[in-house]
Amino acid sequence: MPAEPADASWRPVLDRSIVLRYDRVRGTDLLLMPERAVRLSGAGGRILRLCDGTRTVPAIVAELAETFPDAPLDAEVPAFLDRVRTQGWLR
Amino acid sequence: MTPPPGTPDDATAATSSAPAPSAPPAPWALLAEVTHACPLHCPYCSNPLQLVRTSAELNTAEWARVFGEAADLGVVQAHISGGEPLLRRDLTDIIAAAHRAGIYTQLVTSGLGLTPERLDELAAAGLNSVQISLQDARRPGSDLIAGRESYTAKQQAARVIRAAGLPFGLNVVLHRRNLDNLQQIIEVGAHWGADRIELANTQFYGWALHNRAALLPTRDQLDHAKTTVAAWRQQHSTPELVWVMPDYYEGVPKPCMGGWGARSITVAPDGTALPCPAAYAITDLAPPNVRDRPLSWIWEDSPAFNAYRGTAWMTGPCNDCPRRDIDHGGCRCQAHALTGDPTRTDPACSLSPDHHLVRAPAAAAGGPVPDLVYRRPGAAR
Repeated sequence: MPAEPADASWRPVLDRSIVLRYDRVRGTDLLLMPERAVRLSGAGGRILRLCDGTRTVPAIVAELAETFPDAPLDAEVPAFLDRVRTQGWLR
Repeated sequence: MTPPPGTPDDATAATSSAPAPSAPPAPWALLAEVTHACPLHCPYCSNPLQLVRTSAELNTAEWARVFGEAADLGVVQAHISGGEPLLRRDLTDIIAAAHRAGIYTQLVTSGLGLTPERLDELAAAGLNSVQISLQDARRPGSDLIAGRESYTAKQQAARVIRAAGLPFGLNVVLHRRNLDNLQQIIEVGAHWGADRIELANTQFYGWALHNRAALLPTRDQLDHAKTTVAAWRQQHSTPELVWVMPDYYEGVPKPCMGGWGARSITVAPDGTALPCPAAYAITDLAPPNVRDRPLSWIWEDSPAFNAYRGTAWMTGPCNDCPRRDIDHGGCRCQAHALTGDPTRTDPACSLSPDHHLVRAPAAAAGGPVPDLVYRRPGAAR
């Protein structure tokens, strides 16, 4: 399912309180924030690294499609970004 | 344990407590108590009764080494605390070292001395977030607990943090003298612009145990406070409220620190390394020091960090308890403080043969209010 029309102009960027970094000890991407660390699995970190406030969601999907041509990105990426936004981690 | 691809997963749910692991899971957090010096005198201070002198403190280079070793071990968060960390003139360098190591930093401060210039300098060094303490909703009550005039300085510090745009947490230790003001405390936090308020019911070790009769709330006070928190959460999405559970009335012990030596390392101003900031009081623990040993040895091999890992050390009702992997037998420091034996079941547990040690003071709570013994060198001897 395509992103909602209202989201077409959304250029997601991590909230200022959040740090995204690779944890070399645990071999995983983490979101760090006050009092909390969230483990990102799968392509979560790769998707969020594209959220730099310049790319729209369709642009992020298009960029990922170059690496993952067969993945159901149109449905999964916007849904993932919405979940992260609901947590207050994306603006 | 692996969540579906792309699903954010709370890392706190991703660690488990295997029995007496030979290689413990990596630690997540470091509590860096960079000094015990403090302008405040709170009667529940979590620093030990015997405070470390400033002349014995780790220097800048030693803290830098600790953060590097901590990051290599898996630490991703540091709470830069005290005492009052702003009293360290080299705090900017200390925070820069943590930042260079890739660690997310939170400054835990009274707010006294947090000028816009100082915060700018710390933020430029990589500081990620700030938490200030508040003692009560209104000036007289807050200053009474702090043992000095400090409310106005905290109010100003809140403005400075907001203006800098850093994540802003408020920490309020709760007890019989301020629990009835909880609604106003939350409103003050909201008014000051806090993103989250940690409502930390007093844990009775050290200074707080010394002042227990003056601080222990009644069950009615706690029940009312829980209602206040629930109502706020229902009506507001911010500030986020974190309720740190009181354990004298619940009948179940708290899963203290997520288990002994399971998640976090405390390093005291003189380099003493502990699994929990209250563990200094366990007299026969012989805690290691970062000046003598690398942090990896301290975490993985030191007798102190291995003493109460897993379940093999457990005694009494913990032995065959279905909750022993959930609450880890409760708090070792509380077991030691109240019974003299850190291997006993936490007396906060209703199954503990020592449960009367919390029931009796709880039943007597709300009686005459003794004078507070303020945190000052030598005051509790």
